[in-house]
Amino acid sequence: MTEIEPSTMWIVIAGLAFGSFGLRFVFIGLVGDRPLPGWLLRHLRYTAVAILPALIAPLVIWPQATGGQPDVPRMSAAAVALAAGYWSKNVLVAIFSGAGTLYGLLYLLG
Amino acid sequence: MSFTTSKSVYWKGFRDGAPFIMVAAPFGTLFGVFATEAGLNLVQVMTFTATVFAGAAQFTALQLLLDDTPTLIVLLSALAVNLRVAMYSAALTPYLGAAPLWQRAVAAYFTVDQSYALSVVRFETEPDLTVPQRMAYFFGTVTPLAPAWYLATYLGAVLGTRIPDSWALDFALPITFLAMIGPMLRTLPHVIAALVAIVTALLTAGVPFNLGLLIAGTAGMMAGAQAEVMLARRSKNT
Repeated sequence: MTEIEPSTMWIVIAGLAFGSFGLRFVFIGLVGDRPLPGWLLRHLRYTAVAILPALIAPLVIWPQATGGQPDVPRMSAAAVALAAGYWSKNVLVAIFSGAGTLYGLLYLLG
Repeated sequence: MSFTTSKSVYWKGFRDGAPFIMVAAPFGTLFGVFATEAGLNLVQVMTFTATVFAGAAQFTALQLLLDDTPTLIVLLSALAVNLRVAMYSAALTPYLGAAPLWQRAVAAYFTVDQSYALSVVRFETEPDLTVPQRMAYFFGTVTPLAPAWYLATYLGAVLGTRIPDSWALDFALPITFLAMIGPMLRTLPHVIAALVAIVTALLTAGVPFNLGLLIAGTAGMMAGAQAEVMLARRSKNT
């Protein structure tokens, strides 16, 4: 963990603001009614489901709060949140199940 | 007459969007807390949340900045997280592409998971809606959500530094994202994409500048797309 420089932060905010708007505008604003190639849509379909787990996996296996040591409460909470989301299809149910597991185990094992 | 019907379609969108305040508000609060703990001031937090308007990408950028990642990689990775809104934009285009440019530009800003998901389902089930009615519905869905998101972020930012370590908020981000991933795993290619991305992310954890995230995300996307093609071919042959 390091301090974030204000100038760096503002560059990231500006870059993401323009970039995110660009991603949202590219098709509805620029492409209009023209059809899109199938291979492109097929890859876009799997972006969220690939990149979010890729971001989270290292944080689950090597959590920062324990100095990178694998940790039973955090791994269990992650598994419960994922499973609850998969079966309930409800994000809130999944969040509360995961948080409940984390606090419960931190209390019991802590 | 078309004015009154557009109006009633707008309120239909509003009612459909309202329950998702229950998702947007906690997520926004969490971002406010996380950003404040990371050292951002209130102006930075609110500018970030109002201009980018995409929680997952905002969290990703902050997480990578805290890990000392070069600025360019931070931007590329966070925009990769946001690639899905390009897909939403593509999916909405057949329905809204004929609207005036200024409306499409405003709609682009408000293209988020919920407005996309609700609108596409509504437009598919009611093909007779006119383009102005579709726009009215779309804006109806985000009317309760956008203010909830801004306000929740503000509250989180104000509360931020007062929250003790024992709340284990370090793990709020993984839990929230995993909770969002669960419902996305609708088909076998989605599951394959996620698994390939996870394995690749763990194997590339040592790659400098957190480039592993981009490598793993790309690998997962390609695996999902490839699995979709192969499954479609197999079901055609049987």
